[in-house]
Amino acid sequence: MGQWLSISQIAGGVSSGKLKAVDLVEQSLKIITDKKEYDAIIATTEERALRRAQQVDAGEITGRLAGVPFIAKDNFLAFGAETTAASNILRGFNAPYQATAIEKLEAEGAICVAKANLDAFAHGTSTENSDFFTTKNPHDKTRVPGGSSGGSAAAVVLDMAPFALGTDTGGSIRQPASFSGCVGYKPTYGLVSRSGVVAMGSSLDVIGPLTRTVEDAALVLDVIAGRDDLDGTTIERDPAGYTKLDDSSLKGKKIGVVCEHMGEELDPKIIEIVNGAVKKLEDAGAEVTEIRLPSLPMALAAYYILCPAEVSSNLGRYDGQRFGYNFGEAKNMNDSYSKSRGRGFGKEAKRRIMIGTHVLSTGYYDAYYKQAQTVRTKLINECEEAFKQVDFLVGPVAPTTAFKIGENTGDPLKMYLGDVMTVGVNLIGNAAISLPAGEIEGLPVGIQLMAPQREDRKLLSLAKQAEEVLA
Amino acid sequence: MAKLTREDVLKLALLARLDLTDEEIEEFQGELSAILQYVEQLQSVEVDGLKPTNQVTGLINVTRPDEVKDYGYKPEKLLENVPEVKDNQIKVKRMLG
Repeated sequence: MGQWLSISQIAGGVSSGKLKAVDLVEQSLKIITDKKEYDAIIATTEERALRRAQQVDAGEITGRLAGVPFIAKDNFLAFGAETTAASNILRGFNAPYQATAIEKLEAEGAICVAKANLDAFAHGTSTENSDFFTTKNPHDKTRVPGGSSGGSAAAVVLDMAPFALGTDTGGSIRQPASFSGCVGYKPTYGLVSRSGVVAMGSSLDVIGPLTRTVEDAALVLDVIAGRDDLDGTTIERDPAGYTKLDDSSLKGKKIGVVCEHMGEELDPKIIEIVNGAVKKLEDAGAEVTEIRLPSLPMALAAYYILCPAEVSSNLGRYDGQRFGYNFGEAKNMNDSYSKSRGRGFGKEAKRRIMIGTHVLSTGYYDAYYKQAQTVRTKLINECEEAFKQVDFLVGPVAPTTAFKIGENTGDPLKMYLGDVMTVGVNLIGNAAISLPAGEIEGLPVGIQLMAPQREDRKLLSLAKQAEEVLA
Repeated sequence: MAKLTREDVLKLALLARLDLTDEEIEEFQGELSAILQYVEQLQSVEVDGLKPTNQVTGLINVTRPDEVKDYGYKPEKLLENVPEVKDNQIKVKRMLG
């Protein structure tokens, strides 16, 4: 990383005429071509991107992100290339409209240059569930970049663009940020409109940026946050915005270390890095205490009931009739549905649809789904209590560093267990960020900072200070 | 309870409209059983007096004025992604019989 100026510097340069948007887009496309072997990108939007860059250079498009290239995870509907969600069933799909997040970025002059790889439909933690190819970790090509926003994280670390968009349902922004070595921001649930984003688990999904710095993440969030008529779950943005970060010292900030996430399932070297980071925050004046969330160890089990349940419902629309892959030859409508879905979906999508169908079916609903939703309440209550004692929570992002490609693919449950430190935040709906905190044998390790719902500005302020202290 | 039979897998596949290969049926029988066994630990959690959470931000009945808005999506454009179109309509297989 390091070929790009900060996002505000790039936009400032373009706005004042010192930088040309066309040069920036060409630079971005060149790096994408030069680093093709990492398989971070599914498709570029070259033609449209260059056309928009010319419009920016001609002064027809202006804004706070004028001429800034970015990459969108391929589950965002965007013009200029197909939207596939890295799935065979959506191959060939051309978005008839764009996601609100893309529209908002474009309205400020940003330019989408490419679509990044992901686990198909965002189901996974390594991009190995992509129906197309596996993205390689920027630090070691034999390892995964994390997932599901693995293409977005790798693209940012490989300097393909100053920032990328991702989605986070159970950690899909934070975990690849940790594995690949960049900043990954998961906003409060509802803060960013999901209109035009391929839905996974609708009570959990959020959109957020992957960037090189906290300042860049704050600026992108500031542009995409807020109410949207096209997404009824959106909440009001902070009237103060997200770019005026509180730059007072860490003195007196109360930070709680989440005990349940510092246990033996964690690589001891990661515990060392988290403890080291916490010590640095303490040395800079933060008041550190230990916090217990007794229901947190149950979060993963609750997540792997609720997420597949919502997935099975959201993927019901892929019926092969209105869009997407159609098998062709079929006896009747049901046969056409079953064959199109059976051939079109990859294994992980099918697994999640089947689990979801099971936990929602008559006779099992109360024992699985309702119980999981009630455990969710318990976890939310415990978290509320915790935030009465401390301003922020801190912990690891993932139990390991980036694992080898193929290491976990034979055991879906083992793959799921890697989400143990991130899913709690999605069940609760609060804000969280993954920040680079160190390295183990050349592989990046992130720490996770968490704040209550709607405290995104406070969290970004803390993260900016933490970034300086940890550097 | 968590051990799924081959018939259980076939029933779920039917409900979910997924035509599976024999290999997939066998594979899923083991994998889904393992996942269900793992999530069943949840049933031991004490939740007396608590209500289930369906959404987390407390929004209730978000409404908008009932007005027609033109987003400029032309029917031809929307039909471009349809596998089979006839007379400007989506053509599907026989529904009954």
